[in-house]
Amino acid sequence: MTRLLRARETWLALAIIALLAAISLRAPNFTRPDNLASIFNDTAILMILALGQMVVILTRSIDLSIAANVALSGMVIALVNQAYPGVPVPLLIVAAPLLGLAFGAINGFLVWRLDIPSIVVTLGTLTIYRGLTFLIAGGQWVNADEMTADFIAITRITLLGLPLLSWVALLVAVSFYVVMTRTPIGRSIYAIGVNPTASVYAGIDLGRTKFIAFCISGVVAGLCGYLWVSKFVIASSETAIGYELQVIAACVIGGVSIAGGVGTVGSAVLGAIFLGVIGRALPVIGVSPFWQMAISGTAIIIAVVLNARTERKKGRIILKRAEGAA
Amino acid sequence: MNEQRHATRNIPDRLDNPLRAALLSWQALLLAVAIAIFIANSLASSYFLSPWSLSDATFNFTEKALIALAMALLIIAGEIDLSVAAIIALASTMMGLALQFGAGTPVLVAVGIGTGLLCGAFNGALVTRLGLPSIVVTIGTMSLFRGISFIVLGDRAFKGYPASFAFFGQGYVYWVVSFEFVLFLAMALIYFVLLHRTSFGRRVFTIGNNAVAAQFSGVRVERIKFLLFCLTGVMSGIAAVLLTSRLGSTRPSIAQGWELDVITMVVLGGVSILGGAGSITGVVIAAFIMGLVTFGMGLLNVPGIVQSIFIGMLLIVVIALPIVVGKLRGFRK
Amino acid sequence: MTQPKLTLSGLSKSFPGVRALHDVSLELYPGEVTALIGENGAGKSTLVKVLTGIYPPDEGQIMLDGKPIVLGSAHRAFELGITAIHQETVLFDDLSVAENIYLGHTPRTRFKTIDWQKMRADARVLLKDMGAGHIDADTRLRDLAIANKHLVAVARAMSIDAEVVIMDEPTAALSYKEIEDLFALLELLKQDGKAVLFISHKFEEIYRIADRFAVFRDGEMVGKGLIKETSQSDVIRMMVGRSVDHIFPERQKSAGVPVLEVSDLSHPTEFDGINFTLHAGEILGFYGLVGAGRSEIMQAIFGLTKTSRGSVALDGKVLSVASPADAIEAGIVYVPEERGKQGVVVDLPIFQNVALPSLKKTGRNGFLALANEFALTRQYTERLDLRAASLSQNAGTLSGGNQQKIVIAKWLATQPRVIILDEPTKGIDIGSKAAVHAFMAELVAEGLAVIMVSSELPEIMGMSDRIVVMRAGRMVEVLENKDLTADRVVRLAIGAHDEAAA
Repeated sequence: MTRLLRARETWLALAIIALLAAISLRAPNFTRPDNLASIFNDTAILMILALGQMVVILTRSIDLSIAANVALSGMVIALVNQAYPGVPVPLLIVAAPLLGLAFGAINGFLVWRLDIPSIVVTLGTLTIYRGLTFLIAGGQWVNADEMTADFIAITRITLLGLPLLSWVALLVAVSFYVVMTRTPIGRSIYAIGVNPTASVYAGIDLGRTKFIAFCISGVVAGLCGYLWVSKFVIASSETAIGYELQVIAACVIGGVSIAGGVGTVGSAVLGAIFLGVIGRALPVIGVSPFWQMAISGTAIIIAVVLNARTERKKGRIILKRAEGAA
Repeated sequence: MNEQRHATRNIPDRLDNPLRAALLSWQALLLAVAIAIFIANSLASSYFLSPWSLSDATFNFTEKALIALAMALLIIAGEIDLSVAAIIALASTMMGLALQFGAGTPVLVAVGIGTGLLCGAFNGALVTRLGLPSIVVTIGTMSLFRGISFIVLGDRAFKGYPASFAFFGQGYVYWVVSFEFVLFLAMALIYFVLLHRTSFGRRVFTIGNNAVAAQFSGVRVERIKFLLFCLTGVMSGIAAVLLTSRLGSTRPSIAQGWELDVITMVVLGGVSILGGAGSITGVVIAAFIMGLVTFGMGLLNVPGIVQSIFIGMLLIVVIALPIVVGKLRGFRK
Repeated sequence: MTQPKLTLSGLSKSFPGVRALHDVSLELYPGEVTALIGENGAGKSTLVKVLTGIYPPDEGQIMLDGKPIVLGSAHRAFELGITAIHQETVLFDDLSVAENIYLGHTPRTRFKTIDWQKMRADARVLLKDMGAGHIDADTRLRDLAIANKHLVAVARAMSIDAEVVIMDEPTAALSYKEIEDLFALLELLKQDGKAVLFISHKFEEIYRIADRFAVFRDGEMVGKGLIKETSQSDVIRMMVGRSVDHIFPERQKSAGVPVLEVSDLSHPTEFDGINFTLHAGEILGFYGLVGAGRSEIMQAIFGLTKTSRGSVALDGKVLSVASPADAIEAGIVYVPEERGKQGVVVDLPIFQNVALPSLKKTGRNGFLALANEFALTRQYTERLDLRAASLSQNAGTLSGGNQQKIVIAKWLATQPRVIILDEPTKGIDIGSKAAVHAFMAELVAEGLAVIMVSSELPEIMGMSDRIVVMRAGRMVEVLENKDLTADRVVRLAIGAHDEAAA
């Protein structure tokens, strides 16, 4: 179906495999299944967030508040767990995405009803959500010893060799695949990104579709709020600070076009894995981890150049037409 | 027909332009906010009104505001630079490196500003030569520039800048008036003239409104955008000199997250994020607002992160207000 | 006689400064193709937009099967079974063929998710029935040729069981073979009892496929009837209608020295082997169908596109023009066709628009001098009889005709040697048209050299000293504008003889 895109994803997958192969020459243990599983587990949160961000970017918008939403949702859940240890953890796990949904809906509402550019809205809510995170916790952290054992343990339960966190990421990826390819809303999201005018002609409500995209990104941010706190066993106002750029980077590297309409579940997942592998590989091959940032920056720039190549529009072809007609 | 013809012979230069009035009232609104914050601050804390306090308050925003001046032009032209804080980090690191080779103050300043210029030119070249979207390009260079700082410094820091270098970030020109503040006022004046009083500024507005029509009218769109990226780089370099001088050290995490503060300042100042509209006066007032909020709340021991809630809300409310009012008016009609 | 499927009565639609449609009444019959004929700006596109629910009409009524309907939105028109296939196909390049056909009415599974299998299978059957089995339902639309994209659009129309199908110049970008395929499809639609509205410039096509015709001019319907009973020359007469010397200024034709010499100018895909000489005091008309490559040549001369071969010389000196700024400096200016996008900056005041290319002249050492800008603007806009409340009014608030005057004033203020006008009166009202024409005559009388690209035959024949006829990126002939018939020019442009031979 989407041959070009598929080529792009295959290409990225091959790059990741080549990278793994190259690293395993230096460090054979790196590609052992348990290490790969551990890399995947470390990438899980980035991957989930990248999927949410991708949906927003597809609609020609951007969600800069996604990491602040993670911090705020995570903090609320952690505080509840701290104050009322009796509240069952599954209830908290359900509550987290709902909280995120509410914060995402605020973004979506401002974009939809007030027509404010998404970059401004989410720049504003980014600072607000992060400030609130600090405020509700009274500037304190919630540490490991203040959380219940279940709260921390659930994401670490291992099923078939993979921690639950990884399974959640896989489940989210599959759900996104279904939503983006099998439901009308998924198609609407692509359609308004590809061609907003034609979408209106086809009866799609632009604002409402964007609103839904922000809600989706909010839900995954809320979910990651819990996952983050549980994985790193700490909730603070510094949680995931600056992570929104990492998330956008994963999308861009995967081939999601910032101009909207182009990007698949596979692209966001592979983009996140690429960053994850690089992050873990550097110390193993004896490169200082301080190189990571510059490398991912370079990767982003290369990815943008490649994206632009494939997106470049063809010029008018008048002469060929003439030859065909003659 | 004759009457019409007669009428057209005298098209006036201007009428009472409602748009102009609206723009003025926008700046009036911002100014009112600034004054309200000023009064609230002076009521809330008895320390606030002392000259030294006020002088200290300026340090909170001048460095960011210097970048905001250039960023305003860039955003008006329809582009954006998210890498400004990373440019500060890289420029500061390069100054630190130069220091290791025994560079004196003039060389340090030149290295700082020169690094800014090169970074800006790199961004500009990627955007204008390769036709890439500036928002992603500068997310990339943001990691790249700061990444280079991390490679050079790791978890170390450069220290030991010469005493004469301290003047830029810590010196006073007269009584409580700091060098930074004077530099900011001078730059604000220069940028005001550049944007509102020169052909260059006019072309910047035209590009932001309609880059295609501008190109069709003979405006060298790519060249101007490139220059604006260079200008933003240079201002970031200057900010790096001031900040490094003020802190007396360089770490790779220097000025982390500043890019969002700078953009908030610009947008709060009434510059349209979609390009084509804005004023330096608005940006300057917005800079003062952000400085006053930060400093005033700081005096009240309100942590910085909580102050940001206020800034964030201000940003959304100030942008949303004209839209909501417009919609309400539309309903009445 | 059969009942009309769709009946329009007394439709009118105006935009600020333009009367796009005036009191239009038209019937479309099931199983018949009605050809809509008219020059650019005659109101055809507006009619299409009204029929597809994009614009609400100001006045008049639309009836489907004798019942009045209101087309509140594009979606509503679609639901009622009215669909359009546009010149530039309004489809989604990055979606698959099947998705494009079913977007907005996808088959669902029990769980309300898209039933991909059914969608693909349905699409395959549909395409096969149409004789377009060669199109894979899973291909991304981007990878299809234009002709196949049209087939997908037709399939979309079939999939919603459309009653009324509008085809807006569907053959403009197709090859001979592809046009044949499209016609076969049209026959299929006719057999299915669809009412088809077919818009085209090409008379052979109309005479081959259409049963009825309706001729539009200046937003009004000036004639309709059965194709069988009407000769081609009658239709052309209705189309160009108004007497040519009526609004065109008389002028002394006195071509001076050569000013602009274009030799062998070529582009890899857009045009090839362009040679012409433009003289001082001359208006050189460029005529051809939309998409014949005329604008592309002009934009290359103006420095917007790179050429692969050939040269442009001004006053005998070969120019190296890499950007519009270079061209303007040399003295060549271009009034673009897309006035609102490329001509004026709608959100900036009139004086800023006019002064933009002359800022070096009005300013002092790079600083603005508003008084000079106003003076310059006043000088040139008054010559053009601009109608505006003030010079600080935003250009976008003016009518199309007055916006065009701003663009022309902008260029005159640079005191050019050569002025290129691309469709200078497209979509502007009669009054402004006359003003623009009168002014062109004035300019050449002062020794300026003018190139005018136009698809309006009366304009070309009324204004030009010589006419370059273009077809498919190449020059067909250069005609002296003396004792020419409209018929001959049109025939050259559409290549009537050639295609008959082929």
